[in-house]
Amino acid sequence: MFSYILSRLARAVLTIALVMTFAFVVLRMSGDPAMILLGPDAPQDAIDAFRTRWGLDAPLWQQYLAYMKQLVTFDFGISMRDRAPAIDLVLERVPATLALTIPALILKVGIGIPAGVYAALHRQSVTDRGVIMLSIFGFTIPSFVLGLVLVLIFAVQLDWLPSGGQESWRHAILPILTMSVGGIGVLARFSRSAMIEVLGQPYIRTAMAKGLSWRDVVWKHALPNAAVPIVTLIGFMVGALIAGAVVVESIFSWPGVGRLIVVSVANRDLAVVQCLLLVIASSMVIANLLVDVAYGLLDPRLRAKSAAH
Amino acid sequence: MTPPVIEARGLVQKYESGRSLLKPGRVVRAVDGIDLAVRPGEVLGVVGESGSGKSTLGRMLLGLESPAAGKVLFDGAAMPAPRTDEWRRLRARMQLIYQDPLAALDRRMTIADQIGEPLRIHRIAEGPELHERVAALMARVGLRPDQADRYPHELSGGQRQRVVIARALATGPKFLVCDEPVSALDVSIQAQVVNLLRDLQEQEGLTMVFISHDLKVVRNICDRVAVMYLGRVVEEAPSDQIFTDPRHPYTRALVSSVPKAGQGLAGRIILQGEPPNPAARPDGCAFHPRCPLADAACAREVPALERHRGRLTACLKQRPVAQTAA
Amino acid sequence: MAFVSIRDLKVAFDGVQVLHGIDLDIDRGEAVGLVGESGCGKSVTWLAALGLLPGKARVSGSVRVEGQELIGAPARMVERVRGARIAMIFQDPSSSLNPVQRVGRQIAESLALHRGLRGAAARAETVRLLDMVGIPSAATRVDLYPHEFSGGQCQRIMIAMALAGQPDLLIADEPTTALDATIQAQILDLLARLRAETGMAMVFISHDLGAVSAVCDRAAVMYAGRMVEAGGIERLFAAPRHPYTRGLFDAIPELDAGRGRLNPIQGVVPDPKKLPMGCAFFPRCTRASELCRIERPDLKPQPQGGHLACFRPLGEDTRTWARAEELA
Repeated sequence: MFSYILSRLARAVLTIALVMTFAFVVLRMSGDPAMILLGPDAPQDAIDAFRTRWGLDAPLWQQYLAYMKQLVTFDFGISMRDRAPAIDLVLERVPATLALTIPALILKVGIGIPAGVYAALHRQSVTDRGVIMLSIFGFTIPSFVLGLVLVLIFAVQLDWLPSGGQESWRHAILPILTMSVGGIGVLARFSRSAMIEVLGQPYIRTAMAKGLSWRDVVWKHALPNAAVPIVTLIGFMVGALIAGAVVVESIFSWPGVGRLIVVSVANRDLAVVQCLLLVIASSMVIANLLVDVAYGLLDPRLRAKSAAH
Repeated sequence: MTPPVIEARGLVQKYESGRSLLKPGRVVRAVDGIDLAVRPGEVLGVVGESGSGKSTLGRMLLGLESPAAGKVLFDGAAMPAPRTDEWRRLRARMQLIYQDPLAALDRRMTIADQIGEPLRIHRIAEGPELHERVAALMARVGLRPDQADRYPHELSGGQRQRVVIARALATGPKFLVCDEPVSALDVSIQAQVVNLLRDLQEQEGLTMVFISHDLKVVRNICDRVAVMYLGRVVEEAPSDQIFTDPRHPYTRALVSSVPKAGQGLAGRIILQGEPPNPAARPDGCAFHPRCPLADAACAREVPALERHRGRLTACLKQRPVAQTAA
Repeated sequence: MAFVSIRDLKVAFDGVQVLHGIDLDIDRGEAVGLVGESGCGKSVTWLAALGLLPGKARVSGSVRVEGQELIGAPARMVERVRGARIAMIFQDPSSSLNPVQRVGRQIAESLALHRGLRGAAARAETVRLLDMVGIPSAATRVDLYPHEFSGGQCQRIMIAMALAGQPDLLIADEPTTALDATIQAQILDLLARLRAETGMAMVFISHDLGAVSAVCDRAAVMYAGRMVEAGGIERLFAAPRHPYTRGLFDAIPELDAGRGRLNPIQGVVPDPKKLPMGCAFFPRCTRASELCRIERPDLKPQPQGGHLACFRPLGEDTRTWARAEELA
């Protein structure tokens, strides 16, 4: 088990290193930060000074080495724009984003899974068809469309809720709703098919042949088995807690990580963008590790497999 | 004596299980030193339980897997390395038929297209000639002409296996490995397919290796039978002898385990213990933990496949009898 | 009175009838074989009787356990029969056990349900049952998961779970089909031994005629959702009278016979959606007459014992056939 965790950690570090290398290449290729920050009319000596200041005049491979060295020593650089440590800029935005994404995740799990399981247990019923239709609607409608529609209805027409900003909890309602609808749809759909698959397995028939009531068959035998694939999907959602709000934060002018991404990319604020990517990649990698651990807890077969690795 | 069509010398296949970056895996010897030869027109049965290595043996005989040690000779020449041009040409002369016909067929291709595919690949026929050849093949395996445009899922299990057989025969192979070809079929259909295989074998003079766990079918179609246990042949004999007078204790138990209509359970040899696990091969004779005759020597010494009383067996307990008889 | 009494049991899936009225009595303590090819309805009969078919199945007729009707009865009542009066084991033992639950817990669940055993008492009884079905070192392996056992051991665990409810009848649905030959022999032996020890009745569903004849007192042969012949094992195997029963015997090669062509039954099992008008076996039957094409024979008791549904059974001279046709 120890060697298993070690190899998973090694893989996680490698993943992050690859992401950061990719980020380096893409960001250096996609435009000159000096030109963008200083403007096209800036005098040449100002541009040169800026480049020397940020190390942009060195050859690319030297820049890369310096960059990786910084990462390894947990030095994430200074924002070119705000002159503040990039990591601080990123971390101070995280709570605002989590204030949206965590309630949204709770809604997704709390509504999506029960709806899907209920539909699977009442296949071909009116409720089942309703769940299927609503879930398709949920994951096909783009969040920027849904967000705008919700603003139109609840902010503009009915004037019940504010359309943007971060002053009170009421400001969070529409963004959370916008964010959760898609996830509810996906989870409902996925839980339904996972549950239908499990209900068709021979061990469910065994449980019934034992004389268990249908309720016990569902709770004690079907759900624990259906949980295994559903947990994977929740893992993805946990991984997206930090980065998953770009569009919604933009629509509702919510000052979270997503807005910071948009602004810093537009400004070619290299240190901040790199920092963002690092934080996002880490959160995904950690979510993945959690999924692996959860797998082991839920399914003894996978536990045995991972122990053998 | 006529030279064998296919010959295996000291075949070994190893797999490594549970290997990772940090830890070497456990080596599992699926096939552990097999010598055998099949003469032209002969049908050799290979029987054994799961984990005996019989399917791995079949794949190595066809050159679909390279052995870890030993070699396979086809028509006296060594099997070329996989994926070489020579190896590809050899595909036309040796074919595999296995248990699940639905998995062996492409569900988006019509029956006729699938049967004709090997002819196109090996550039044996095209155009109207291809059409004729396919029609002839279908007739030979008992498929109706109107089934040519059907898809696999529109046919029954038995008909699908006929399609697989027709496709295997398309290139006029000399050597056929059948791996559990009738196990997935119902009894009444099983007999139809067994008869078909027998007819084709006789008409074409095919050389065949017939792998099965069903002793009754093997008894019916094979000339000679090799019984495998944990990657080794423990007994080999003409099928007329091996089922009426099994010598190796494992063969005896296997033959005795087949329930006979109209006979109760009395007198059957019930082996103790679990089916063999290739990952935990016992020392000495691999069968000794389950063997009613085993003694201390069996736990130490690995018996070789030797001729005792006119029969090839790998059992230490056969030896003293042979000596007294001599 | 028979322990279980099935009358005119019919099953349809999506409007397609697959079981066309089965009558079957099982007495206490007896072993009855149900024989036939896949799709003939031998498993469906018992899955329907115990209410284990999926919701889309339409079941009608009557299944009485000691006089108590199961078809149409409230779920609670049927649940009290399942496992306690009638237990069932299945073809694929490895996937018939819940993969994420320890085997001991799965057996203890039955003990709690049917015998009110919990805690240490349940655990001791679980170990005793595992021991009884021949799981080595049961006390230490009770906390393992199904994937840590071989297929044969999983079937033993299934049998232990079935015994936990002390049933009067065990339905064994192809219990050895998925297992290796020597393990098949072990399981058959175990079933026979347990039946002798506990006195429970058994229904043995199998396409393996040899296995059926080895463990059963009598057997019924099914074809296309109907029973075509039934009777004592010895008579049925010595002198089968229905051409289909005979065909099944002839199609199977014998271990002690030589090489030679087999005698298959020509054709294929009919599609349940397109059953022939008369006898369902008519298109494949070598003895069929015009009567067989238009009229369906009923299952009737025979003077020499057993039941038969055939206008032209084997073992009668041609004159009798002609008379039968005239009379019909």
